[in-house]
Amino acid sequence: MAVRLGNQTIKTEKPITISSTASIVGTKESEGPLSPYFDVHMEDAEWGEDSWEKCESKMQREAAKLAVQKSGYTSDDIDIIFAGDLLNQCISSGFSARELRIPFYGLYGACSTMIEGISLAAAIIDGGGADKALAVASSHFCTAERQYRNPLEYGGQRTPTAQWTVTGAGAAVLKCGMESGDGPYITHITTGKVVDFGITDTNNMGGAMAPAACDTLLAHFADTGRKPEDYDLILTGDLGKVGREVLINLLETEDYDMRNNYNDTGCMMFDFDKQDVHAGGSGCGCVAATFCGYVYKMLKERKLNRVLIVGTGALLSPTSSFQGESVPGIAHAIAISNEL
Amino acid sequence: MPGGNNQNKDNSGYKKDYQDYIEKTSPKSPLFKDMIMAFLFGGAICVIGQAFMNLYKDVLNMDAENAKIAVSVTMVFIGALLTGLDIYPKIAKYAGAGTIVPITGFANSVASPAMEFKREGLVLGMSAKMFVVAGPVLVYGITSSVVVGFIYWLYKILIGG
Repeated sequence: MAVRLGNQTIKTEKPITISSTASIVGTKESEGPLSPYFDVHMEDAEWGEDSWEKCESKMQREAAKLAVQKSGYTSDDIDIIFAGDLLNQCISSGFSARELRIPFYGLYGACSTMIEGISLAAAIIDGGGADKALAVASSHFCTAERQYRNPLEYGGQRTPTAQWTVTGAGAAVLKCGMESGDGPYITHITTGKVVDFGITDTNNMGGAMAPAACDTLLAHFADTGRKPEDYDLILTGDLGKVGREVLINLLETEDYDMRNNYNDTGCMMFDFDKQDVHAGGSGCGCVAATFCGYVYKMLKERKLNRVLIVGTGALLSPTSSFQGESVPGIAHAIAISNEL
Repeated sequence: MPGGNNQNKDNSGYKKDYQDYIEKTSPKSPLFKDMIMAFLFGGAICVIGQAFMNLYKDVLNMDAENAKIAVSVTMVFIGALLTGLDIYPKIAKYAGAGTIVPITGFANSVASPAMEFKREGLVLGMSAKMFVVAGPVLVYGITSSVVVGFIYWLYKILIGG
């Protein structure tokens, strides 16, 4: 059974192996530097569906199927699925699970959802409630734009701090045990608190979420006794260029040096020089596809051995912003290691 | 971090410091460049409108009142057409307010949600959402013209125009 460390961290006791992952991305992401690491590159924003929402749902479904197929199991072997997305009522996840026919929990953690899903999947496996579990998350630029901002064809300008919602989905199959014996394993789960420092600019999500990421990282370091240098790579979800710098500075004031091994998937997904994405990528799909694509392959190839992934989310809605509310942030961390 | 582990205590001072820090360090929109671009693109749109005005008046011999209406109709058509062809938002990215303020921007703000929400049907989607962006302009535009009209009417009665 899992062990509680400190205030916010769970240390898994059983070996929780990530047996396989799958990632699907859109066209703009396919032009980015991480493109070779993704499994499926969609040719357009619809992928044969007649709406963007249906497309996003298909992305989740196909990512889930592909991850299960790569793990060598069938969907009947999967005990439970944790899935989430950004859309109202989590329709991408619910409609995708309608066809998967696997026991389903729908999640909303904004852009932290993938890490929330992996955390819960690992915890339920460690507690003996499941043997194999699936975590899935997605986002789609077009569905997010129309829900949170303006119609796509509306002629507006973005601010330099605005981020670009990634069209992407990621799925990971987690299982109990280490019969294959090669990991990677989920070793620690640090659940974040909602932190709100009163940022009201909805075009500066990085600035709004950085204190939450900082809070979770401080809790993780305090609970586990680890330091940033204990990891080969620390990744945050989608703080972007602005939030990444803010986080480095916030942790510096707490005497943690993040300059050597820290990056943000929002800063990795696109090429800032060639792709016009302002402060970088965002969305559930950003950290989901980057983890399931790039990071997982690096772990398998032993180019990375110990990684800390911090999913970051902004828990706002258009309604809350219009009512003048600030942007609350959330961040969940999982530590992954090739060694137990 | 400001506030650190004192989340539950009164940390409004830290929050204020953090907001100031974010305000100070976040990259700002290049205001001067944006204004120049808005001036150039907005001006260019007005020049095109004037060219149509001259065309309608001088070549097609319309009277001034009809020519004005014809110019508005033409510019709205062009704005909506370029929106449909995905050209208007590409220009607007550089032009900013230069493409929002002229009547072509109004056409864009009506055509873009109409296109986007078509998938939810012609009644509850397209037509219901068509004015989701332009609605406030209509509400306050019409309201203020009624108010101004009323004042003008009173002025004429009282002062005798």
